[in-house]
Amino acid sequence: MIGLGFLYTVAGLTFLVFAVLSAIDAAHPKRFGNAGFYALIALSFLAGDWLGDRGNGALVLALVAIAGFGLVGRGGAATTSQEERKAEAARRRDRLFLPALIIPAAALTGTFAFKQFPALVDPKQATLVSLAFGVIIALAVCYAWLRPKPATPFREGRRLMDGVGWALVLPQMLASLGAVFAAAHVGDVVGALAGSAIPQGSVIGAVLAYGLGMALFTMVMGNAFAAFPVMAAAIGVPLLIRQYGGDPAVIAAVGMLAGFCGTLMTPMAANFNLVPAALLELKDRNAVVKAQIATALPLLAFNIAMLYWFGFR
Amino acid sequence: MTPWVLIGIGVLIAGFALRFNPLLVVMAAALATGIAAHMSLVETLEAFGKAFNTSRYVTIIYIVLPVIGILERHGLQERARHLIGRMRGATVGRLLIGYLLFRQFTAALGLTSIAGPAQSVRPLVAPMAEAAADAQAPDRDREDETVPAMAAATDNVGLFFGEDIFIAIGSILLMKGALESYGIVLEPFQLSVWAIPTAVAAFVIHGVRLMLLDRKLGRRQ
Repeated sequence: MIGLGFLYTVAGLTFLVFAVLSAIDAAHPKRFGNAGFYALIALSFLAGDWLGDRGNGALVLALVAIAGFGLVGRGGAATTSQEERKAEAARRRDRLFLPALIIPAAALTGTFAFKQFPALVDPKQATLVSLAFGVIIALAVCYAWLRPKPATPFREGRRLMDGVGWALVLPQMLASLGAVFAAAHVGDVVGALAGSAIPQGSVIGAVLAYGLGMALFTMVMGNAFAAFPVMAAAIGVPLLIRQYGGDPAVIAAVGMLAGFCGTLMTPMAANFNLVPAALLELKDRNAVVKAQIATALPLLAFNIAMLYWFGFR
Repeated sequence: MTPWVLIGIGVLIAGFALRFNPLLVVMAAALATGIAAHMSLVETLEAFGKAFNTSRYVTIIYIVLPVIGILERHGLQERARHLIGRMRGATVGRLLIGYLLFRQFTAALGLTSIAGPAQSVRPLVAPMAEAAADAQAPDRDREDETVPAMAAATDNVGLFFGEDIFIAIGSILLMKGALESYGIVLEPFQLSVWAIPTAVAAFVIHGVRLMLLDRKLGRRQ
């Protein structure tokens, strides 16, 4: 069955090519640091399940060491100039969009089509598998149409990857930190603190503590999924649902959305907030978070009002 | 249960504030938390390594970069700018409101990965927004990063406040599972329907902000 194994192989091979291209790029000031960094990620994708927990821990330490000593960075990889790009864009016209649109189109059709063949493609990974097929088809179209040298797409891809740099593993690092927090029962402590902050018998106090607690704890963990079980156990279920008789569907669903408002306001949600800033080559690493705060705060207030009005009809 | 386990959060905040490399900060926070919880260094590292391995799927998306890279080499961003230049009514606000609607709608159908920072914002949406901003305010400050940052922000807002309407998304299943452990049984649909009011509010709030950005940039010249 085609599933995560296939996706990890495709990703592993891509990073392996990035590693080789970095190592042989004599003009790159940090060629070996980048090569080592990409090679370790390739190793993680291709052999992570055979390394064992301790092996994976060692792999992470090596990644942190390479990045921590400042050995990962951008290089002056040669690419086309803006004038060349403008001229070519004028010549190739809107057909340039087609390969880029193959990827979402394949993801869209594959998601629905593969659901009919659960024996062939893992239904849980249908979208990502289709996306990967879309990438392969789009790449084939680019080779046939634009006739680049074999390594050129990967050299350009590596240039974009260099722009993201060490931030590319930050989402995985933060997810792992969340696992350590869970093993150390950080959630229980936070839940107890939030629970003790509520005045007795105050519905609105409990709603505020729950909604704000979801947002704040999500900001710390970078992930509303980690915050929800904690806040549900501390306030949501014992107080809002059991003691005050709130509607469980509203308390849960809107509470989670209050957490999503927190996701918009934290650099800890690296894949949503820091990685896009790096991909867009913004100088301010937190520019995306800053752009989101003015949407997140009123929306958080809306969610808390929803909890209060519709949770206790 | 000791409150000392919160030391990891302190390490995290202090480390980010002092601008150490974030990977080092995260590792230090994990080790400090482990020590406070009386876990051995090896135990902490094993818990960390295990979770690192199971969360690899968040890093798969970079397989799109070779396609985006080769297309950019041949002028994809320039063509995206040109397309917006030709459309007379196109402004940053209208463009991003349209994208917000598209992202919310497709995410509500469960199609969360068809767009995103690597697939759509960097190659298409951000350059289009920049081109519209150039047409609205030709002498604007090129160092100002508001427009590309808003393009990325719009992608996130659309995703977050669309996906929870889909009944089979991870967060809905997580809530269902968590409530079941307390003996509260709900259907996914009962949860997802309560995501709709917030989805509408997100569209209105973010849409108004985009219209205000348009007003600041001015009409197209």
